[in-house]
Amino acid sequence: MQFKSMVISNVEVSPNYFRMRMTAPQELASAVPGQFVMLKVNDAIDPLLRRPFGLFDVGSFVPEYAGCGAQVYCEILYKVVGKGTKLLSALHHGDLVDLLVPLGKGFQMGPAGEEKVLVGGGVGLAPLYYLAKELKERGEKVRLFAGGRNRDDVLCITEFERLGVETYVATDDGTLGERGFVTQVLERHLSSDMRIFACGPTPMLNAVAKMSQKHGVPCQVSMEAYMACGVGACLGCVMKGANHTDETPDYRCVCKDGPVFDSFELQWS
Amino acid sequence: MQRPDMSVVLAGIPMRNPVMTASGTFGYGAEFADYLDLESIGAMVTKGLSLKPKAGNPTPRIVETPGGMLNAIGLQNVGIDAFIEQKLPYLKNVNTPVIANLYGNTLEEYGEVASRLDGLAGVAGIEVNISCPNVKQGGIVFGTDPGAAQEVVSLVKRNTSKPLIVKLSPNVTDVVVMAKACADAGADALSLINTLTGMAIDLERRRPVLANVTGGLSGPAIKPVALRMVWQVAKAVRLPLIGIGGIMNGRDALEFMLAGATAIQVGTASFLDPSAAQRIAQEMEQYLVEHGIESVRSLIGALEV
Repeated sequence: MQFKSMVISNVEVSPNYFRMRMTAPQELASAVPGQFVMLKVNDAIDPLLRRPFGLFDVGSFVPEYAGCGAQVYCEILYKVVGKGTKLLSALHHGDLVDLLVPLGKGFQMGPAGEEKVLVGGGVGLAPLYYLAKELKERGEKVRLFAGGRNRDDVLCITEFERLGVETYVATDDGTLGERGFVTQVLERHLSSDMRIFACGPTPMLNAVAKMSQKHGVPCQVSMEAYMACGVGACLGCVMKGANHTDETPDYRCVCKDGPVFDSFELQWS
Repeated sequence: MQRPDMSVVLAGIPMRNPVMTASGTFGYGAEFADYLDLESIGAMVTKGLSLKPKAGNPTPRIVETPGGMLNAIGLQNVGIDAFIEQKLPYLKNVNTPVIANLYGNTLEEYGEVASRLDGLAGVAGIEVNISCPNVKQGGIVFGTDPGAAQEVVSLVKRNTSKPLIVKLSPNVTDVVVMAKACADAGADALSLINTLTGMAIDLERRRPVLANVTGGLSGPAIKPVALRMVWQVAKAVRLPLIGIGGIMNGRDALEFMLAGATAIQVGTASFLDPSAAQRIAQEMEQYLVEHGIESVRSLIGALEV
């Protein structure tokens, strides 16, 4: 659905990373972790296109003004990387943005009882937080492996811990947690009775997908791609399916077939 | 005042209003059904169809540029058979004319795809793409050489009884020469413009942004070029025209009609606003109401120079 949403808050949670809360219609309360929004920051033609953001959280709150019932909100977590996100970071309470939501296929949480392992870095932690929240509500055991170049890329760890998620952190420069790739930390903890959910930079997802396949651990990845429309029309965001060849092409739309894929659905380099 | 008459007839195809969706920006229609009323627009143009399914180009395929975007999708499509089996049945239930956009990798393929579409109920007309800048064969080869264009349009004409629209490329020295060649070969209408060839460079990586190196520029950035070309062709050729290029709102659409277009196509706007086509039709009608204009047809070619 398409609607105007009001910014409730927009806070810098780490240098250049922002967490924004917006009003949302009742229907969004049933959004699945892993689904995303396409956001248009203003009516101008530059920036022209919407930007995709994974849902960081969905919930409800009661506004302070009198006589108002519970209001659904959604949150995104984003990094300022260009013109669009720069404008986004300047928005304040009361500003309006235009949203298409909820888009795409989300995570399949799997059977109860197995350990749920989340792996992410940077803004890839966004959909994992909403997922962690839903999993904890179901009483699941959840562990998070978060990585980044430095400690600024490791976001909202306190929020995960507040949910009761056990967290492991690694950074390339060792400024937070272990020094090295989070995938190395993950590998030490792999076991066959877990299910992996990953979202982050493509090289990280590549490593996680291959590792999980090698150890026979079910793994879903949430992909990121340039996209214009978010509804499966522009075909700008495609990725190669596992059996893709030039002769028998098998492209999957990140927006419509994903953004969450089983790791076996895609071709890894 | 009564509601203004928004209807137009394009090459024998009656449309409730002049707003069409541009090929490659509206999928096969169903993708947008959640966001607008498919029966509120004038016509739908499908993704470009080829004889065999087509993989398209490697990624990245798109990048935003100031006031526009570059794409090099590479005509990825399900192929004519899958279109007929999987996509057309849905479209048949929508009371809006469907224009099938087609292209061939060879001259012969153009003819073959056209003949496959010819007998089909549910296809009101065909639009021949001789202007895709992103594939080596087909597309642009036929769109930049008047002799080749004439050949492909004549062949398609012999293979179809449906209204034949030819989509022109702006990547030529003189679009009027191409328009005349297509008109002489039997086109029933012309749509223009397709995208302008462009490029984006990643300074840090010292590489082109698009895997295809170059791509087609669309969006508001190309509107002035498109308007100029529609105006030039309208003066030179007695065929109905479809104006395309950066139309974002009702005013843009009406400007194209003044320049000489009978109908218009909404392309890139549908990406950022999936309800754009319906909204634009409403805005056009609103303009007519505000200005006391009884019929949108009275604006076609009404530009005073």
